[in-house]
Amino acid sequence: MKAETEADKRSAVKPVITGSEAVIRSLIAEGVDTIFGYPGGAIMPIYDALYDFQDQVHHILVRHEQGATHAAQGYSRASGKVGVAFATSGPGATNLVTGLADAYMDSTPLVCITGQVAASLLGTDAFQETDVIGITMPITKWNIQVTRQEDIPAAIAKAFYIARSGRPGPVLVDITKNAQVGTFEFEYNKCEFIRSYQPVPELDKEAVTAAAALINSAKKPYIFCGHGVLLAGAENELIALAEKAQIPVASTLLGLSAVPVDHPLYGGLLGMHGNYAPNMLTCECDVVIAVGMRFDDRVTGDVSTFISQAKVIHIEIDAAEINKIIHADVAIHADAKEALTALNQLIMPAKHDAWLEEFRFGHKKEYDKVQHRELYPESGEIKMAETVRLLSEKTNGEAILVTDVGQHQMIASRYYRFKNPNTNITSGGMGTMGFSIPAAMGAKMGAPDKQVVAVVGDGCFQMTLQELGTIYQSQIGVKIVILNNNFLGMVRQWQQLFFDKRYSSTEMVNPDFIQIAKGFFIPGKKVTAREDLAAAIDEMLAHDGAYLLEVVVEKEDNVFPMVPAGTPVSTIRLE
Amino acid sequence: MQKEYTVTVYTEDRIGITNRITIIFTRRGINITSLTTAETEIPGVYKFVITVMSTREKLDKVVGQIERLIEIHRAFVHEEDEVVYQELALYKISTKALHTAGDVERLIRENNARILTITADYFVIEKTGHQQELIDFIKKLEPYGLIEYTKSGRVAIVKWSRRFHEHLKELDKTVASY
Repeated sequence: MKAETEADKRSAVKPVITGSEAVIRSLIAEGVDTIFGYPGGAIMPIYDALYDFQDQVHHILVRHEQGATHAAQGYSRASGKVGVAFATSGPGATNLVTGLADAYMDSTPLVCITGQVAASLLGTDAFQETDVIGITMPITKWNIQVTRQEDIPAAIAKAFYIARSGRPGPVLVDITKNAQVGTFEFEYNKCEFIRSYQPVPELDKEAVTAAAALINSAKKPYIFCGHGVLLAGAENELIALAEKAQIPVASTLLGLSAVPVDHPLYGGLLGMHGNYAPNMLTCECDVVIAVGMRFDDRVTGDVSTFISQAKVIHIEIDAAEINKIIHADVAIHADAKEALTALNQLIMPAKHDAWLEEFRFGHKKEYDKVQHRELYPESGEIKMAETVRLLSEKTNGEAILVTDVGQHQMIASRYYRFKNPNTNITSGGMGTMGFSIPAAMGAKMGAPDKQVVAVVGDGCFQMTLQELGTIYQSQIGVKIVILNNNFLGMVRQWQQLFFDKRYSSTEMVNPDFIQIAKGFFIPGKKVTAREDLAAAIDEMLAHDGAYLLEVVVEKEDNVFPMVPAGTPVSTIRLE
Repeated sequence: MQKEYTVTVYTEDRIGITNRITIIFTRRGINITSLTTAETEIPGVYKFVITVMSTREKLDKVVGQIERLIEIHRAFVHEEDEVVYQELALYKISTKALHTAGDVERLIRENNARILTITADYFVIEKTGHQQELIDFIKKLEPYGLIEYTKSGRVAIVKWSRRFHEHLKELDKTVASY
C-alpha cells in the first residue's frame, strides 16, 4: 500500500459530521479519554454522539455538575492532563461556577463544555437559557460561545491550548443546540499560536544574573516553593538550587509535595496554619526566592510587615502576579523550570549551617509545644493529627492525599509526609468545602494505580456526598476518611478565639455516615477508640475498592500554630 | 493619590471584550468615567481609551490583569501629561438664537467651535477640547437656548510612543485565531 502523502491528505475528503460528533472527535484529537459530566436538554445531541465513542471515551456520570468540575480538577492534578467536564445549559451551567472559580484560583487546566439553547433563542429567556459566558467571564481563563458548527473544532483547539499553556486555568466552551445538530466538513488542527497571547515569556537573562548575585551574597537565603513549581515540573531544579547553596525551602499549601517532607532542606509549610519555624523565619531571612507563588494573604498575614527586611526574587509565569502583593526586587517573569535551570548555573555552592540550625530550633519548639501532643496522645479522644500520622505511615507518604477545607485540611497538610510530586490535591485559593470527594474520584481516574485517600470533615462531606453514587456506579476505588468532630471545626475555632466562644451555627447534628455509605453500597467503619484506629486504617487501605472510614475525633480540637488573620506573621501562636 | 488617569488597551475584535476589560475595574471598585473604542489602522485590532479616577498603584495592577486576558495585545496606564488627548462635544441650540443674539457667531469663533448643521428649528455646534472647556462652553451657550448637549469619551495619543504603528503593522502580518 502506498504511503499517504501530504497531497493525499489535503485532497482527502473530509467527513461530513454533526457539530456534536465534531465535539467528541475534537476531544479525542486532544487526547481526552475521560469526561465527567451530566446530561440535559441542551447538550443531548453531544451525549448522543458520545454513545458511538464509548470505546474511546469514558464518561463518568456524576451526581451534580459541581462534582464534575471538582472531579475534572482532581483528574488534572493527579494526571497532569487537562480535565474535561460536560454540563447542560441553565442550571447545569451555573452548577459549574464553583468548580470553575476554584480551578481558576488554583491554576488547574479544565475544558468545560456546556450545551446552550439554539442560537435563535439566545437572549429570549428560553427554557434553561442562562448567560453562562457572562457569568463565567471573571472565573475562567477564557470562554467562548459557539453558534455555528463549523467553528467547533477551532474553538475546542483554542480551549485546550489556553487551558494548558502558560499559567494553566479553566476554559469554558458554550455550544448552542443548532451548532450541535448542524453538519459540516470536519477537520481538526491543534492550536499552537494566538497572536495576542504569549504563554511562556522569554527568559530575561539579566534578571537571572541579578537574582544569582543576590543569592550568592545572601546570608540567610530562603526559598518559597509554590504550585508553579509543580505545574512547571521544576521540582528537581528547585531541589538542586536548594542543595547547591544549602538554602531552606518552605512550601505554600499548593506547593506541598514538590519537595519530599523528609528532605533535609525542607523547612515546612508557610501560612496561617503552617509550621512555626518557616513562618517565624520569614522575619529573619535576607533574600527570598519565591517560585511560582502569588503571596496569598493566608501566607503573608499583614503584608506591610511580611519579609519587609528581605530582598525578594520572584519567579512567576503570570506577569499580573509580579508586584501584585509584594514588591519584587528582582522579577523573573518566566516558566519556573526554565528560570531555575538558568539560575542554577550561576549559583555558587554555599553553606548556611547556622541559618539551617534556626529552622531545626524552631521545629523543636513546635514539636515540643504542639506536635508531640497532637501526634502521640495517650489519652482522651482521638486527635485529627494522630489519624493523619497513621495514614501517612501506613501509606508510606505515597498516597495521593485529597483534602477538603477547614481544620482537617490544615492538619492533613501539616502532618502528611508527602514523598512524591503532585500527591497533594486540595482547594487552596477558593477554599471550597465539598471539594474532596469529587476531586478524589477524579484523582483516582487520573492515577488508577495510586492509592487515593480523601480526608474530609463532617461538614464538607455533606456538601457533595451525593458523589458516593458516582463512586459506586463507576466503581472508583477511593478511600474516604471523615474526621468527624460534629462541628464546622475551623469556624468554631475562630468563634472560640475571636468571637468569645459564641458558637453561632457551627455545631452539626450529623447522620449515620456509615449507613449513608451502606446505602451507596460502599463499605465502611466508624472508629471512636484509639486502640481501634490503626487496624481500621489498615482495613480501609487493604480493601479492594471504595471504603469510608469515619473517625470520631476530639470535638473542640484546635489547629495550631496559627497566625491570626491580617496580623504580622511574627504573632504566630502556638496555643 | 487618587487622580485622573488614561488607560489604553489594544484588543482583538471579539464579542464580550468590553465586558472582560470592565469587570477588572469593577472588581476593584473603580468607576470608569469615559470609555471610547474604535478599530485601529489595523483591521481587527481595536483600541480602548478609558478614563478613570484612581491611584497609580491600583492601576498598574489593573493593567497587568487586563494584559493577562487572552485577547488583549497590550494595556497601558498614562498620567495626564503623558498623553495628548481630545474629547468632542455637540451642542444643539434653538435657531431663534441666531436671529436674536448676534454674538453667537463671535462665541463660535472665539471658542474654536463650528456649526455642523442648521435647520429651521435648531442648529448643531461641534467643539473639541478637554472636558472642562467643553463644559464651560455649555454655560456660554445656555443663554441662547441650549436644547441638548452630548460629549464623547477621550481619544488619546501617547507622547513617548516611538514605533507603535510599526508594531501594529507587524501584527497585521499574523492571523487572528478563531
